[in-house]
Formats: sequence, structure tokens, C-alpha cells
Amino acid sequence: MRSVADIGKALDAPLPPSDPVAAATFLLFSGEEILEHWLLAHDKAPTDELKEGFRVLALHRQGARGDPSFNACRETARELVYHYNLIRLEPEHQDMPKRLVMMLLVAKHLYLFVSGKMEVAGLGEFCCSSKPIRLNSA
Amino acid sequence: MPERKEKYKKVAYYHGCALEGTAQPYNTSTRAIAKKLDLELVDIENWNCCGAMEVKNIDPEIQTYLSSRVMSLAHNGMGQDVVMAPCNGCYHNLKKAEYDIANSKKSRDVVKKISAKADHPVYEAGQVETIHALDWIKFGYGEEELKAKIKGGLKGLKVANYYGCMYTRPRHIFPEKDQGGDSESTSQPHYMDDLLEIAGAVNVEFPLKTACCGGAHTLSDSDTSTRLVLNILQAAEAAGADVIATECPTCHSGLEMHQIRALKRLSKETNVKIVYFTQLLGLALGLSARKVGIHENVSNSIPLLKSRKIA
Repeated sequence: MRSVADIGKALDAPLPPSDPVAAATFLLFSGEEILEHWLLAHDKAPTDELKEGFRVLALHRQGARGDPSFNACRETARELVYHYNLIRLEPEHQDMPKRLVMMLLVAKHLYLFVSGKMEVAGLGEFCCSSKPIRLNSA
Repeated sequence: MPERKEKYKKVAYYHGCALEGTAQPYNTSTRAIAKKLDLELVDIENWNCCGAMEVKNIDPEIQTYLSSRVMSLAHNGMGQDVVMAPCNGCYHNLKKAEYDIANSKKSRDVVKKISAKADHPVYEAGQVETIHALDWIKFGYGEEELKAKIKGGLKGLKVANYYGCMYTRPRHIFPEKDQGGDSESTSQPHYMDDLLEIAGAVNVEFPLKTACCGGAHTLSDSDTSTRLVLNILQAAEAAGADVIATECPTCHSGLEMHQIRALKRLSKETNVKIVYFTQLLGLALGLSARKVGIHENVSNSIPLLKSRKIA
């Protein structure tokens, strides 16, 4: 699994223009990964289950259990799925480049929200290995 | 519907602290609209803070009491049964207090105890209905009536409607939402879209309409807020919006301030303008830019609105 910082860097880099479905899959996977970090920082094993056919939604639901404020990114996770579906179902659509840009911004928002929340909560500086250091210094 | 029209025609107005400070233009434009539409706003006298985020994070029961006092003033002091709160923070907190008082004995006990100490009548669940400015206009004036009242309109201005996170969350404190028909949706809110479309705007598809603006940690972790806001601004621009319409003072000032900060700190420039939905409605109703406080915004939308002959 990539570090939180690496996910952020990848979302700042240009997407491969040739294959929109691959790019959309990469963005969906980035959403899953950032949610996995959130769960791991809370000592929870990320689920492999699907919700409405998507792991990212199941991971979000798992992450919000016991932390209702995490629902502030529920719609962002759902928008990620929506844009993924749009691109996957109509890869040749004339609006595809626009849809891909929008999906990137949605994925980035999920990343910024979760990573920011982890930092504010002192759950690690975007790296699981730093969590014990933070906890010990608290 | 006609029942609500009658009920919302005269409401207790709880503007809260933000609308007296950074969100003064929201207050100005809300009052201007009320006058234009012949809706009566009765200010709650001797109001107090709703408990905002600060108190709520330290002691949620105290926040419940603070919000209950506002509702008690409206009901017991003024005889009003509807409180209109345009600020998402106030609206959210009053709704939360209503829910807590109805469902938690602990909350009721705390409210009872402090109310007795403060020597005012205890607020009982259900004595008032708290509504947002969006409900107030949509149902208190009516969409058909609004359509007939539009003068000039927004002339196809492209708008990204941004509701923020507190207007719909958490779901359980808004039992009237997600009820189908003309009720508001918590996952895809649309009341602001509805009103601005009537006013002549073109609403763009905006996937971050309920996304977090980072308002809660704008001071403690400004960089995170700046990045979150920048992303929202970029998404609005990518969606083709000329302006972002807001209905939350925290979101609004966050978008304005971090738009500037993103340029200074990250060298990222965005040009989308940030305007309260009440300001846009006021302009569409033929009010002047000054009357709705456009000049008081940090985000300067005057050249854009003038070029489109909206202001």
C-alpha cells in the first residue's frame, strides 16, 4: 500500500490521457487506499466487503462507525463512484475529459479531507510508522 | 404547502453572531429580501450564541442548553412558533438541540437545571420549528410567486451551489428531510438550486456541493483548509461556474479567505466569485448591488455582475 503522502503526490500528477477507464480505476483505488489508512490508524482491519458493489463505500461506512463526523466525506465517496460509473460506462463520451478532471478533483477532496482529519487527530504524519511516536510524545 | 406559507410569513429571526460580523452581507441581503417579498422577520431580543463548534466540542449538553434558550426566547418570550436561522451553524445546532431534548433525558435535565438557574422558562421539544432561510423563501413565499416577482433575473449566470456539510448532517436531526415529494435531500440537496434556477441562473453539475470546506480547522490547520477550499474552487471552475452560491457564513468566509491564501501560499489562482444565495436572489428581484451588500463581500463579483447586466 502506498503511503498517504505518495497518494497525494500521485493525485497531483497528470493522469494518463490515453485510457480513461484505467485512469478512473486508479482514482477509485486511490480513494480506497486513503480510507484504508484512516482505518489502520484507528487499529481497524480494512474490510474487503462491497457496499452497492463498491469497496470504497464499504470502507467509508466502516470508517464512519463510531465517528459520525466522518460522514462529512460520505457524499464525496459516493461522487467518486458516480464519476467512475460515468467514465466506465461511456468511455467514448465527448465529456469524458471533463468527467475525468472532475473525478480527479473529487478523489483529491477525499484525500485532503481524510489526511487532514488524520493530522488534526494526531493519527500520524501520513505514515503509519509515525503513529507510535506521536502517541508516545502525547 | 399553504399551511407553511401562512406559518413562515412571520418568523422569529435568529441571525446569530456570524451575520453580525463576517457575514454581514448575508444579513443585509436576507433582510432586503424579506422587505421585498413582504415577509416579516422579528428579531429575537437578548439572543445568545448557539454553542457553535467550540462549546459543542467541549460539552454538547451546554450547547443544547444555549440553543434551547434561543428557542425558549422565541416561543415563551415572543409567542413565535417558527425560528428562521440563515447560518448553517445556528440552524444545525438548534436542530440538534431539538433532537437531544426530545430524545435524551440527560439533555432535558441539563436544560431544566440551567434554565432554572438563569430564571427563564424551560424549552420543551416541539415548541418551535427551526427552519433555514432556504425553507423560508421556498415555502414562506412560494416558488410560483417568486417566479412572478423576478425582475431582470440572473440572465443565465452559471452557478455552483455549495451547501457545505452542516445543512444536511447528521441526518437524524433533520427528520423532515429525505421524505420524498418537496422535502430536501440530505445527499443531494437542491433547495438553493431550485430557487436560483427560478431566478434565472443556470446551475452547473457540482459534485462537491456538500463537501467539507475545512472551516472547523481554519485557524488550527490553515494549510489543510486552504487545500480543501482550493479544490472546491477548482471543481466549481471545472464545472463551468461563474460564481459559487453559498448559504453558510463559515463556508462563505472560508472560500473567500482561502481563495486569497491559495494564491499567496500555493501560487494557485482561481477566479470564480463567491456570493450568498440571498444576494443573487435579491439582484434577481431587482434590488441594487448595494442593497444586497455585494460591495461588502471580500470576493469582488461587481465587474462580473455588471458585465452580465445583473447588477
